Amino acid sequence: MITLYDYELSGNCYKLRLLMSILGVKFTPRPVDFYPGREHKSEAFLRLNPLGQVPVLDDGGLILRDAQAILVYLASKYDPSGRWYPREDAALLGRIAMWLAFADQITATASAARLHDGVFYELDIDKARAGAHALFRILDEHFWFAEQTGDQWICTRDHPTIADIACFPYVMLSEEGGIPRLPYPAIRRWTDRVKRVPGFVVMSGIFPTGEAV
Amino acid sequence: MNSSDPSHDQVVRDEWHVLGALEDLSARPDWDTRLLGEKVSIRRKAGNTFDVLGKDGATLQSQQRYGYLWASLGTPARPLFAIPEFDEPDRRNLNAATFGVHVSAPRAIENFLDMGHFPFVHTDYLGVEPHTEVKEYDVQVTNDGHEVLARRCRFYQPRASSVAEQGYEVEYIYRVPHPYCAVLYKANAIDAARMDVIGLFLQPVDEEHVKANMLLSLIDDASSDTTIRAFQQTIFAQDKPILENQIPLKLPLDPRAEMPAKSDASSITYRRWLRQRGVRYGTVAASA
Repeated sequence: MITLYDYELSGNCYKLRLLMSILGVKFTPRPVDFYPGREHKSEAFLRLNPLGQVPVLDDGGLILRDAQAILVYLASKYDPSGRWYPREDAALLGRIAMWLAFADQITATASAARLHDGVFYELDIDKARAGAHALFRILDEHFWFAEQTGDQWICTRDHPTIADIACFPYVMLSEEGGIPRLPYPAIRRWTDRVKRVPGFVVMSGIFPTGEAV
Repeated sequence: MNSSDPSHDQVVRDEWHVLGALEDLSARPDWDTRLLGEKVSIRRKAGNTFDVLGKDGATLQSQQRYGYLWASLGTPARPLFAIPEFDEPDRRNLNAATFGVHVSAPRAIENFLDMGHFPFVHTDYLGVEPHTEVKEYDVQVTNDGHEVLARRCRFYQPRASSVAEQGYEVEYIYRVPHPYCAVLYKANAIDAARMDVIGLFLQPVDEEHVKANMLLSLIDDASSDTTIRAFQQTIFAQDKPILENQIPLKLPLDPRAEMPAKSDASSITYRRWLRQRGVRYGTVAASA
């Protein structure tokens, strides 16, 4: 039995809901009053995750924190095809880990800007937005070159990996932090591809897309 | 006098404006916020009371009501609007959230009044295709001209609240008793004789930014605060990108500026009411 300590508006919680939906994994959400209740900083929650962050996953008593770590776990355990996290390919695993770390940097910039604008976190908003734009330029250029050789996904040609799931949410929610995606056409083509993955689900702030033309 | 200078919007300065939920304000040190583009300082005093200071340091009129702090930059001509249901003993009253939104207050009120977007923005919650029709409803200006009231609003909702287990046609009443506040009455999913109350109270930070406070006053003794909040926040966050992509972010008051449909009767009345009250802040004025 999987319990996800979940906040609907968190992009890091959403990426787990998204992968579990794609993989057909059943789970029970346990809503956390992240805002305005700050339940993730409560004593009870800190016993679950001393970092005081959502998401946390409980799979039959195995407690995991950190969205990227949980993506690794879920894909390793519940994807019989092995394509979301191909454990046999050392070079690919290295690249996936590289982009999982990149996703954390998107959280530290684009997600932080969104928390500033939406729920009044105190931080250097100009620095957060500039940092997100620097990352988006790298990601956009990465996709532009990838598309030249026929690669559809961050690390792969035909089938996405957890790196795509990890980077997707806070790219899609960036405008809520005052970070437009208009200058990044290759990113926008990729986000539409993610939205067409079978089993894709939305969260508040992310809308579905139409069929590919 | 420059009529486009928002500081001359005395009618708006004289209103009571919300400055945040008491629960949040009590948990944090003194802090500064903005109201109508001006710095406002909130100073916590003993016994969970607050002083609200204007940009020149003078104490502003303030009060606590509905779980929120309210203040005025001018001289309020009337008391804050009434929500009698709030004081009923068996109601659950809570602030669902206070969210920053990059939009004018009138645009956010207008979106709150609009049922037509339910199936497309709140899919599987407040609406679902093919149930897209907005049935005819009644709109009038009441309370000596101080309030817009829309009644007999009905809409098929697959999941109208956190306790709704099946879809049904929900009856709504909308009140707009303040240029930047609206109150929605919605048939309760369990007790058909009672109505849940959802207040949208907007702090006009400046002409194109608000802090949106959502009051819930519900007949629900079963759900946790977390569940109730999660539902309302999910709904609001679905509206957020729509609001932030409105062009212009301010609400056009010129009747020729945007093409309304019949289902927009509330919006038409609200815009006309703002014009008649002389509210300019957060709007694009009608050309003379």
